[in-house]
Amino acid sequence: MSSKLVMKGMIGFYIALFFLYLFGPLMVMGVTAFNTPNYPTAIPFEGFTLDWFVKLWNHRAMMDGLKNSIIIGFGVVAVSVPVGLAAAIIMGQIYHRARGLFYLVTVSPVLTPGVIIGISTVIFWKDMMGLTDFTKATFYKGVILAILGQSSFIAAYALLIIMARLQRFDRAQEEAALDLGASHPQVFWHILLPFLKPALISAAVIAFLSSFENYNTTTFAILADKTLVTVLAGEVRQGTTPALSALAVIIIGLSLLGAIIYEVVKRREESQAERAKERAKLAERSEAAQAASA
Amino acid sequence: MSSRFVVFLIPVVVIAIFWVMAKTEKKLAHDPTHKSFFERNGTVLGVSFILLVAFWALFLVVLPYLYMVVESFHPKLPPAKRGGPEDVLTIAQYKSFFINPVDDKLNTTHIWAFAFTILTSVLVTALNFAICYPLAYYMAQAGTAQKVRLIMLGLIVPYWVNEILRAFSLRLLLASKGLINQALMGMGFTEKPLDFLAMDVGLYVGLSYAYLLVMVFPLYNAIESLDKNQIEAARDLGAPWWKIHRDVVIPYAKPGIASGCTMVFMLAAGSLAAPQFLGGPSTLWFTSIVYDFFFQAFNWPRGAAYAFILLAACIAFVMLMLRLFKVSLGETIK
Repeated sequence: MSSKLVMKGMIGFYIALFFLYLFGPLMVMGVTAFNTPNYPTAIPFEGFTLDWFVKLWNHRAMMDGLKNSIIIGFGVVAVSVPVGLAAAIIMGQIYHRARGLFYLVTVSPVLTPGVIIGISTVIFWKDMMGLTDFTKATFYKGVILAILGQSSFIAAYALLIIMARLQRFDRAQEEAALDLGASHPQVFWHILLPFLKPALISAAVIAFLSSFENYNTTTFAILADKTLVTVLAGEVRQGTTPALSALAVIIIGLSLLGAIIYEVVKRREESQAERAKERAKLAERSEAAQAASA
Repeated sequence: MSSRFVVFLIPVVVIAIFWVMAKTEKKLAHDPTHKSFFERNGTVLGVSFILLVAFWALFLVVLPYLYMVVESFHPKLPPAKRGGPEDVLTIAQYKSFFINPVDDKLNTTHIWAFAFTILTSVLVTALNFAICYPLAYYMAQAGTAQKVRLIMLGLIVPYWVNEILRAFSLRLLLASKGLINQALMGMGFTEKPLDFLAMDVGLYVGLSYAYLLVMVFPLYNAIESLDKNQIEAARDLGAPWWKIHRDVVIPYAKPGIASGCTMVFMLAAGSLAAPQFLGGPSTLWFTSIVYDFFFQAFNWPRGAAYAFILLAACIAFVMLMLRLFKVSLGETIK
């Protein structure tokens, strides 16, 4: 019995250590955001200040970068979710022998180092868009190249997420709708899309987040423009300021908020589903009772 | 220019081959209930699906990669001379990786950087496996549902903070004026601060820290589906805990292990942030060299050649590992 207790203690200790590794650096950084010295330190804590948040707010380049990051994020969602959906549908229907190659081509960007995706995007599109002066002037821009480069692998994420749900789709529903006279587009809009909605939403969220925090691909594809992450990289390279810690505090705060909201929504959904189930059970029972009495 | 546009032919030929194959197969196996793609999806939707996917697969994936490879077989030229008589095919960029074009000697700097990158990535992969396996096992088999959910949240929240800021937070700890040095000096272990970044400790920790999650989740998914009874049975038959892991859990979780290790290795070998912000001044990381070719030397063909060398080496390495562990690629990406 005592050996089991020792084992349990060891597991607890290990998990505590793991999370110390995970959270420790972030917590230290969090403390430096509120400390007065110019160089970000946690100890000694010389005085509480919120100046670094004000500095962050007044940081022009960072705010411009943030704007670009958001534009790129929405662009990537707009490209990669429809592409992922189309690819998932084709994956399910494609001619058997071609499926392996199709899978390899579409999923390869997930494993390719982001640096290489960024480089190939720039080299390729520079020549493509450089074919005419008009396309060069209108399309050869960092924001557009970043959307193209990031979409190449983020669409693969979307594909994997949507495909997982599509595999559980019951084709009989589609057949039934078609037999009842629905057209193919109607089946797509009224049956398939509502079924895939949760997967589409999570694909969109993941796409936006991956785009927002991408560095390796973006740093090449962004050309002369800036995103929040490339501005940050420049700042970290030049030196360190507690304003960066302040930004991290904001991000952590927002994600904690997001996590809490997610948890609450999830719990509410679960309890709603349970109530619906119970109601259905009651209705069934009363029906059965009626049938029996008749 | 013309040599570069050859790449457009390759996907066209491949698609044509598959189209012909599909046609012949259809003729051979005549199935009256079979519906064509357009019959199944309607013409408008069918066409838009194909256009979307064709745009992605060709213009965002295949053509840029092939184009980069072709570019790497060209000399570095100013824009005006591109497509002129000097723009010939050459292997000079690849040769320059082995033999330095400046002094015609063996290019030891870059070869060493390459070997260092691969070796460090292997080390980091092994380290992350060792760190993550116990946690994944606990989450999948031993923990209660509530605890697992809490751990999941705890795992995900730090990863909302982006790579750069996470590297920055580690720098605050490991810098010469950082917390760890303060603590070590305060307790009297050292007189002078230790330069963790120059010793590459920062690099190892940074890479490991950046890709912990990439290792935990595949392991967790793989171990989770293992029937608890198998472990119970092994225990009842008297197997010690390490034997249970060696002979029951690990063989079962092999696809997950392969998946986690592949992802961590590829990400580490291709990472840019950790070596840039946590590497020492003399640390030469391969992607940093590629970065410098693009942004300092403006030598795109050589950068492309180096990038391709890295990609080819990574793919070869991963294939070798998958073969050794007898796992197929399809199982790896899920």
